[in-house]
Amino acid sequence: MAATNVAKGVADAYTPPVTERKLSLAFIAVGFAHLLIGVLLGFFQGLEHAGIDLYAYLPLIRHYYQGLSIHGVFNVLVFTTCFIGGFLFFVVGRGLKRPLESASLGWLTFWLSAVGVILVDYTLFTNQASVLFTSYAPLQAHPLYYIGLALVVVGTWLMLVISLRTTFAWRRENPGQRIPLIAFGANVTLIMWTMASIGVAIEFVGFLIPWSLGWLPGTDPLLMRTLFWLTGHPIVYFWLLPAYISWYFMVPKQVGGKLFSEPLARLAFLLFIPLSLPVGFHHQYLDPGVSEGYKAIHAFLTFAVFMPSAMTAFTVLASLEIGGRARGGKGLLGWVTKLPWGDASVSAQLLAMVLFSLGGVSGLINASYNMNLVVHNTMFVPGHFHLTVGSAVALTFMGVSYWLVPYLTGKRLFSKRMAAWQPWLWFFGMLIMSRGMSWMGMLGAPRRTALGSASYFLAEWTPPAWMTAIGGVLLTTSGLLFFINLFGTLWASPKAAAQEQQVPLAEPYEENGTLPNWLDRFTPWVTTTAIIVLITYGPTIYRLITDLDLSWTGLRPY
Amino acid sequence: MHIDRYERMWITISGGLLIVFAIALGFSSVVLGVRLPGLSDQLLPTAAAGPHDINEGWVRQLAPGRYEVNMRARVWNFNPGEIRGPAGSTVTFYIHSEDIIHGFKIKDTTVSLMIIPGQTAKATYTFTEPGEYLFVCHDYCGAGHHFMSGRVIVEEL
Repeated sequence: MAATNVAKGVADAYTPPVTERKLSLAFIAVGFAHLLIGVLLGFFQGLEHAGIDLYAYLPLIRHYYQGLSIHGVFNVLVFTTCFIGGFLFFVVGRGLKRPLESASLGWLTFWLSAVGVILVDYTLFTNQASVLFTSYAPLQAHPLYYIGLALVVVGTWLMLVISLRTTFAWRRENPGQRIPLIAFGANVTLIMWTMASIGVAIEFVGFLIPWSLGWLPGTDPLLMRTLFWLTGHPIVYFWLLPAYISWYFMVPKQVGGKLFSEPLARLAFLLFIPLSLPVGFHHQYLDPGVSEGYKAIHAFLTFAVFMPSAMTAFTVLASLEIGGRARGGKGLLGWVTKLPWGDASVSAQLLAMVLFSLGGVSGLINASYNMNLVVHNTMFVPGHFHLTVGSAVALTFMGVSYWLVPYLTGKRLFSKRMAAWQPWLWFFGMLIMSRGMSWMGMLGAPRRTALGSASYFLAEWTPPAWMTAIGGVLLTTSGLLFFINLFGTLWASPKAAAQEQQVPLAEPYEENGTLPNWLDRFTPWVTTTAIIVLITYGPTIYRLITDLDLSWTGLRPY
Repeated sequence: MHIDRYERMWITISGGLLIVFAIALGFSSVVLGVRLPGLSDQLLPTAAAGPHDINEGWVRQLAPGRYEVNMRARVWNFNPGEIRGPAGSTVTFYIHSEDIIHGFKIKDTTVSLMIIPGQTAKATYTFTEPGEYLFVCHDYCGAGHHFMSGRVIVEEL
């Protein structure tokens, strides 16, 4: 069952230089160290909802909201960004089969991000930044918190610089060739993200940092929210697209299949550039001060950004089917059982896909503003995003790590048996927890609230609260299995034999398929995106800036 | 560019489904009257001075069965925190924040609003069933956020 993903007879000559492999590993290690803490705090949050408040026994963590701030910021800002940095540097170098331009710039990126992360860690652990992931002003954090996050964002811009410089160098060396798929995906991810990050860049550098330092008298709360969500929704595609790189271009190889449709894969990636950005108002449906018309436009565009994911579902499933049938699968669905489920890297990512289908559907519910009235800011929302970023993204990154970390270190995976259990525990834990959360949300329980201590806790919330807690315990167990395996691989595992050191790269099903030029160019997509953002955001932001109200001073009620 | 026949079908069906969803959304707004908060400049309660200063929390009857509530939100309470009225009453809420962002959700109703400093949040709802309706702050507002709640008490006629 195991080791079926080893390619036969495929020339796989290129290995990135040692310094680049170390760079990727450094990023990934920082990311997973933070995920470990984030996952452990999740355990306490689940229990809190079931009425078991254990925060008094924790060092440094004073209350639920400080823990929740760390959980959110570590899991979806520090872990994701660091893992993505490490993974994409690897993907660009390996995809283009040439050194990065340059590795030293990569190390500068790493240290810049690391300093940022340390500032974020310090302010969070000292309870000086318990403002949650959204940092909604006038709720105020320590200036070093905003500065730290800004440094992390600047680090991601350097990632784009390195990725593009390497790609342009490759283009000069390989005129007339298409950018190899994984490197293409990495560029799209970073281009989309850099455009999207302009919102928080203006928010943090232009307003929150000077305001927290006392250089500005106050902030404009609605403008801050609007700038935040200009970035805050597309950031989910920054997390998701690296997972798609694996689903499209790597998992098919791991199951013995081929990429079903290269042109549509490229098109799906490119569509994420213009469609990821103009959707942020679906987080602000209930905000007074944003017009209904623009909210409706953002609602329809949110449906539109579902399209590239729908295309992904078909292409990825068809690519898997090629593999399942090549392995002797018969009938309509017989190929599913023939997939190498015993390979933890594969099973983690297949299960991530299954959970993501539920996450996608619950996302459509959130995006429908009529249903949003019922579920807005309720537990339904964490029920949704634990299926997306907590499953499609986190479980996929774990699955990738099962081959990538051994590849980067040259060591064997510490325990295949632990790896085999881990994705299934995550899968069932997540099904139970997210069902509990969604149910609780439909019963009106607010999210981001210490419900176990709430003065208004209702008896009808008890069964789903317990589901949430039990699911959380399973997820924590799964997380621990993963981390023991990860750190065991890093520190206590023997060297691997050379044939285990393969990078799974899927070939297209149709080798000589023609491809229109616009599927290998970024500029037209960037221009289109800028125009769409100007139309969908311009008038609202212009109005908010002309009505700028800096009278709201900061408050730190935590 | 070659696209497989089944893939073309899948894309058509997915796109069609999303268009159906969008139409349903439009239907809910236009025909069923589901409305979201919009621009808030002209939403202030009708009386803005005297006993009905918008800087105070108050409930007042406009006509039999019609009420207007001016609510103040701050860490960590709503003012007024308890509102009473007979079943069948239509209540319009105007809510302002005095400090940071809060939320306002009345359980088992369609009333759900963000309370953003500098903006007026408005919602109208007709309470047909008697009973106690819990309302809570549903956006994080600090260490006492989970105590920020109140009740609408709808009495039998």
